Amino acid sequence: MNAKSTTVDPDEISHFAKDSAHWWDEHGPFAPIHRMNPTRVGYLKATICAHFDKNVKDLKALKGLSILDAGCGGGVVCEPMARLGAHIMGIDADQVAINAATEHAERSGLKIAYVCGTTETLKEQFDVVLALEIVEHVADVEAFVQSCVDRCKPGGLIIFSTLNKTWKSMALAKITAEYIVRWVPPGTHDWKKFMKPSTLAASLRRAGATPFEAMGLVFNPLKNEFLLSTNDLDVNYFIAATKDQNKEKSKK
Amino acid sequence: MSKTRNTTPDMHNKPRRSAVKAAPKLGAAKKSNNDHYDVMIIGGGLSGGALASLLGTEGFRVACIDRDAPVTQTTEEFDGRTTAISWGSQKILDRAGVWDELDPLACPIRTIDILDGGSPVLLRFGSEEVGDQSFGWIFENRLIRIALFNRMKELDSVDHLAPAQIEKLEQNGDVMQVTLKGGRTLTAPLVVGADGRNSFTRDWAGITSRSWSYNQRAIVCVAEHEHPHNNVAVEHFHEQGPFATLPMMDGPDGSYRSSVVWTEHCPEHQSALKYPQDVFDAALTARFPDQYGWVRQAGGRFAYPLGLQHAHTYTATRLALVADAAHGIHPIAGQGLNLGFRDLDALCDILIAARDDGSDFGSDEILARYERARRADNMAMAGATDSLNRLFSTGLPPLPLLRKIGLKMVAKFPPAKQFFMQQAMGAGSGSRGLLHDLVREAKTAS
Repeated sequence: MNAKSTTVDPDEISHFAKDSAHWWDEHGPFAPIHRMNPTRVGYLKATICAHFDKNVKDLKALKGLSILDAGCGGGVVCEPMARLGAHIMGIDADQVAINAATEHAERSGLKIAYVCGTTETLKEQFDVVLALEIVEHVADVEAFVQSCVDRCKPGGLIIFSTLNKTWKSMALAKITAEYIVRWVPPGTHDWKKFMKPSTLAASLRRAGATPFEAMGLVFNPLKNEFLLSTNDLDVNYFIAATKDQNKEKSKK
Repeated sequence: MSKTRNTTPDMHNKPRRSAVKAAPKLGAAKKSNNDHYDVMIIGGGLSGGALASLLGTEGFRVACIDRDAPVTQTTEEFDGRTTAISWGSQKILDRAGVWDELDPLACPIRTIDILDGGSPVLLRFGSEEVGDQSFGWIFENRLIRIALFNRMKELDSVDHLAPAQIEKLEQNGDVMQVTLKGGRTLTAPLVVGADGRNSFTRDWAGITSRSWSYNQRAIVCVAEHEHPHNNVAVEHFHEQGPFATLPMMDGPDGSYRSSVVWTEHCPEHQSALKYPQDVFDAALTARFPDQYGWVRQAGGRFAYPLGLQHAHTYTATRLALVADAAHGIHPIAGQGLNLGFRDLDALCDILIAARDDGSDFGSDEILARYERARRADNMAMAGATDSLNRLFSTGLPPLPLLRKIGLKMVAKFPPAKQFFMQQAMGAGSGSRGLLHDLVREAKTAS
C-alpha cells in the first residue's frame, strides 16, 4: 500500500482491517453491504447496460466491458460483476481485505484482478469506474474523485455511492446502524465525512465528468430489503456521471 | 461426463441453450472443472426432476443426483400412484419443457362430483362453470417421471446422475461438495434437497420438522370399471375419510380406468389392504357411483399413512429444501406435489433474479428470499387443511347432518356453492383435498 498516498486515511484503513477477514460473513460487520448488494448490483448493471447499449437480459450482460472497483473491500461487488461477464479489477488500500477478496474469488472460481493500492497508482483506463461506499472514508475527497475520473476512459461511466449529509443519515446510518441495531461496528462512519449529492456532483464536474443521475437507496424495514428511489436521497445514494470526451480526440 | 443424446427430435429451446453454451468464459466460473455446477439437486424424482428441468431450461448448470435408477422408478410396480396436475403445475411442467410430451397422456377432469355419506349426488361442478376448461389432468406418476428423465437427458446443462450413492456431503467454505461412491466429487454454491419426506439432505443439515399423523391411511390403486368415467372425478365423504376416484386414460387394452384414493381410519388388521381380492373388488364396486357398473382392482394396492410434516426452516447454509422434503401434506394423489411444484417455480424465479444481479446462488440473502416466498403459503395450507380434515372426518351425528344440510343449501346458491366447494374439497382426503387446487386454479385460469 502506498504510504504517501493523499487519498488514504490510515485511521480508516486500520478501522476496516480489524474486520477484513469477515468481509464474506453475511451476518458479520459487513452485513448491510450484503443486504443492499442485490439492489446495488441491479442498479449498477442497469445503468452500465443503458450507457453502453447492452442487453440487460443477457446472461453475460457486461461482457466486453472493463470495470474498476475503487475501494473494493472484500470484493462484494467485484464478484457479481465478474459473474455478469465484466473484466473487473478491484483495488483497495487494505491488504487484509484484498487477501480475503482474492481467496474468496478463487474459491468461487471467478477471475478478478485484485490490487492492493490506490487509484492514483494505476495507469490503465476503464470503461467503468465504480467508487461505492468509499468516498466517505478517504482523506482527500477532491484528489480521490479526480483519480477516479482519470481512470475512466473518455465517454465512459463513473458511478459513486455514498451517504448523504442529512439529519436523517446521521440518525439512521450513524446512530441507528452503529449503536442501536449494531449492523456495523461503532466508528464505521464519520458523519462529518458524509457528502451532499450536490457537493459530490460538483467534485465530479471539477474533475472532468458530467453527472447525469442521482438515485437513492432506501431501506424498507418491512420488506427487510433495500429499494431504489428517485426522490429519497436522504441516506444512501448513487451518482452516475459520464467522463467528458477529451477535446483532442473525440470518438463519437 | 458422458451424455447420452436423446433420440427424439428436439423441439425445445435448442438455439437458446447453444447460445448459453457458446458464451465466452470471461470471468465466469471455471468451466474446465466439469464437476462444478450452479446447483446440485439431491433427489431425482418428480420434484427433483422437475426442478432440474426447470433450471436446465433456463440455462443453469445442474447436477441431479438420485440413488434410484430411472428404470426402477418408471415401472408400474414402483408406486401405483397418480397425480392430479393443477393449472399451476401444468404451467410449471410447460416451463420445464415437458408438457408437450405429457399432453397426449393426460386425462382431463371435466366434472367433479361431491357426495356425502350414502346420499345421491349433492354437488356437481362442471367445467362449463370455469369457462369450459378442465379442472386438471390425471397422470400416472411414472409417465411424468419418464418425461422428466427424457428432458434431463436432452438438456446439455443438466447432468442426471442416477443411480448414484452419496458418500459425503460437506460444506467447504463457499461451496458445497458432494462425494459420490466411487470417488467422484461435485461442487456447487447451492444444494437443493428434493429427496422427499425422509429427506437425507434435511437430516444432514440438522433441520427438524414438526409432524403429526391423522391416524388415517390412504389406499391407492387403479380400478377398471364396466362403463366409462366420462372425465368425472368423484369425492365421496365417508366417516372414515374421503373416497375419491380420478378419471384415467383408458388402459392399453381399452379398459375404462379410474385411480382410487381410499382413505380409511381403522386398525391395520381391518384395513382394506388385507381384503381378499373378491371382497376388495366388491367394496370398490359398492363405493363407486352406480353408473360405473362393476369395478375391479387392476395392478397393485398401495397404502400410505396420512400425516402432516413441516420443516422448521426450509434453508440452511447453502442449502434449500423443496417439496416433500420441506412439507408433507400427505403423500397421495399429488396435491402435495402441486404444492411442491410451487416451491420449484419460486426457487427458479429467485435464482434467475440472483443470476441477473450476479449474486451468489447459495448466499443467505438469496435463500432468505426463498424462505419468505414459500413459507407463508405452505403454512396456511397445512393449518387450514388440518382443521378441515378434523371437521370432515368424524362420525359424530351432528356434523354429517350439518354437512348434508349445508351441501343442500349451498347447492341452491351459486356464490355459496362456489365458496363451499372450496371448503369441501379442501377437506377431502385428509388434507387440502384432491380437487381443491384444481377448482381454484381452473377458476383463476378461466
